Amino acid sequence: MSNHPLFQLTLMRMREFIREPEALFWSMIFPIALAAGLGIAFRNRPPEVLKVAAVTPRLAEALRQEKLLDVTQLPPQLAEQFVRTGKVALVAEPAADGSVVYRYDDTNPEGRQARMLADQAIQRASGRQDPIAGNDQIMREPGSRYIDFLIPGLIGMGIMGNSIWGPGFSIVDARRKKLMKRIVATPMPKHYYLLSFLLWRMILLPVDVGVPLAFGVFVFGIPLRGSFGALAAICVLATLAFSAGGLLIASRVRTIEAASGLMNLSMVPMWILSGVFFSSQRFPDLVQPIIKALPLTAVIDALRGNMLQGAGFAQMAPQAAVLGVWLVVCFGLALRLFRWR
Amino acid sequence: MPQPETKAALRVRNLRKTYKDVVAVDGIDLDILAGECFGLLGPNGAGKTTTIEICEGLTEADSGEVEVLGLHWKSDASALRQKLGIQLQETQLAEKLTVFETLRLFRSFFRQGPGAEDAIRIVQLEEKRDARVGGLSGGQKQRLALACALVGDPDLLFLDEPTTGLDPQARRQLWDLIEEFKAAGRTILLTTHYMEEAERLCGRVAIMDHGKVIAQGTPRELIASIGVEHVVEFSAGDAVPDLAGIGAMAGVRDVRTENGSVLLQVTELHKAVPGLLDELGRQGIPLTELRTHSATLEDVFVHLTGRHLRDE
Ligand SMILES: Nc1ncnc2c1ncn2[C@@H]1O[C@H](COP(=O)(O)OP(=O)(O)OP(=O)(O)O)[C@@H](O)[C@H]1O
Ligand SMILES: [Mg+2]
Repeated sequence: MSNHPLFQLTLMRMREFIREPEALFWSMIFPIALAAGLGIAFRNRPPEVLKVAAVTPRLAEALRQEKLLDVTQLPPQLAEQFVRTGKVALVAEPAADGSVVYRYDDTNPEGRQARMLADQAIQRASGRQDPIAGNDQIMREPGSRYIDFLIPGLIGMGIMGNSIWGPGFSIVDARRKKLMKRIVATPMPKHYYLLSFLLWRMILLPVDVGVPLAFGVFVFGIPLRGSFGALAAICVLATLAFSAGGLLIASRVRTIEAASGLMNLSMVPMWILSGVFFSSQRFPDLVQPIIKALPLTAVIDALRGNMLQGAGFAQMAPQAAVLGVWLVVCFGLALRLFRWR
Repeated sequence: MPQPETKAALRVRNLRKTYKDVVAVDGIDLDILAGECFGLLGPNGAGKTTTIEICEGLTEADSGEVEVLGLHWKSDASALRQKLGIQLQETQLAEKLTVFETLRLFRSFFRQGPGAEDAIRIVQLEEKRDARVGGLSGGQKQRLALACALVGDPDLLFLDEPTTGLDPQARRQLWDLIEEFKAAGRTILLTTHYMEEAERLCGRVAIMDHGKVIAQGTPRELIASIGVEHVVEFSAGDAVPDLAGIGAMAGVRDVRTENGSVLLQVTELHKAVPGLLDELGRQGIPLTELRTHSATLEDVFVHLTGRHLRDE
């Protein structure tokens, strides 16, 4: 087995990778830094407190009864300026007829929320009695938070990035340095050369996926409701499909610059369309079939289905089919179009 | 079907290759017999690499016929690859692998042949077995490239300028290796622009210039063909000798001046040198330098083209 060309070629990929300390550093540090950044952005926080201003002590006193408001008392002109520049969400002023004027931007959700809270606080301070008492029971359910939505998206994005950049750059580099020319002069079957890149990505997959996944699970308590086998299977399929895409992109280009351009051209639209950071449902119905056919959409939908809704193999079949088609088409084309010099 | 006695290892007929406006190979015929070491000798840009890479199946010819070990690239590429050992002009190998790892990798591509350890021993790189390729000297890199060409136990070995850029000691070391392959009966096609390399290693030589073979034969035949056995070179300081008088001497074929020296092509050294000394004495010309050498392939090239193989 250790005499098999595919084994030796994959071993070469591994050696080149681990003997390049910088590449190793960046490929490990990126997922960790990303996860850490998210940790800071999405750590558990008390509910948002809104900043509001009042122009009289009496109004300020009334507003302070509401715990969700952070109240400052300001002279009218300054208060006006603060609300215009967004330093406070709302200003409460007394009017001549004894009523209260709220100045705020009604297109800003914070403004509308401040209006509700402020009015409620002032009405109660003026003696309003609520006819029915309300008691809060707080639920912060894992699986429906933004971070739960985000982590599968980031995992998908990571698989795409690593699988496309990794093989793509190695190939362009090998072609540029004429390493490939010597390799083609041997009887090695050419598809082994390309397959070794896919195999090597498989070996790195536990790192590519494991780091953000472990971080999500242990730090944020992201649920893993579906079968782990199905999750692993979809990651493997995604890695193969994207690596094949990387081979296709690198099949002819001779310079790193050209390769970068092509890679960005293929990845950036997917970062936007495939629902990494927000749901792809926001795009018009007309383009939904196209979005659904993108490999990144397929991976992310399948990962979210599996992790958040417990989807198994059967429910992920459509996404798996999309990835399978991309894999076969890209690898086939890469093998056909590939230039060895 | 009866087989011919000595099979041609490589047969090339009317080979042509043009790059945009450059005719790199312009109608070449070659026949290399099994067991011989054949040299393609020519200056920079003569078309040696283009020719050898067409034979190696790496470059496609515009027209012409190439038959390697009785097989053709169009129909038998994978069988051929198993039988050939190839050293490219400036072979590039992965810098981060060690010598051993590189040979292990190349060995895995071939069905049979010496193991990586044996290949290391053959090219005498034992000391560098675990050194990274990126850290090898020029000569060591060339020996590794040679080892990569040997791991498939090839029937035909292509060596494209195996010693270019090496210091004399490293060159001699490689020559010794190639002579061992010759002694072991391997068929070798090598290119070079060092005439002493071709003379020493090759049984037969084809001299190439501007994409054409301008002469072909054993080094001895080629040298004999110009009818000159020796070259006498002298300098006379600032004095100007009468060249016509010297040229008229018995046994002198040709007289030229080059970089302030005078070069005579002569047939009989024992008559030409005393004659020259007498003639210079008669002309009252002082002799500051006198050298003689037997005619070489370099002289053949100069005779055929009026230029030197290496312009330095
Ligand atoms: N890929 C190419 N594209 C364009 N021109 C080329 C290419 N390869 C070779 N040539 C041209 O073809 C001619 C022959 O080149 P070749 O490399 O075969 O010469 P060579 O005899 O090997 O020279 P050297 O001793 O410098 O290696 C040269 O004029 C070269 O410029
Ligand atoms: Mg050359």
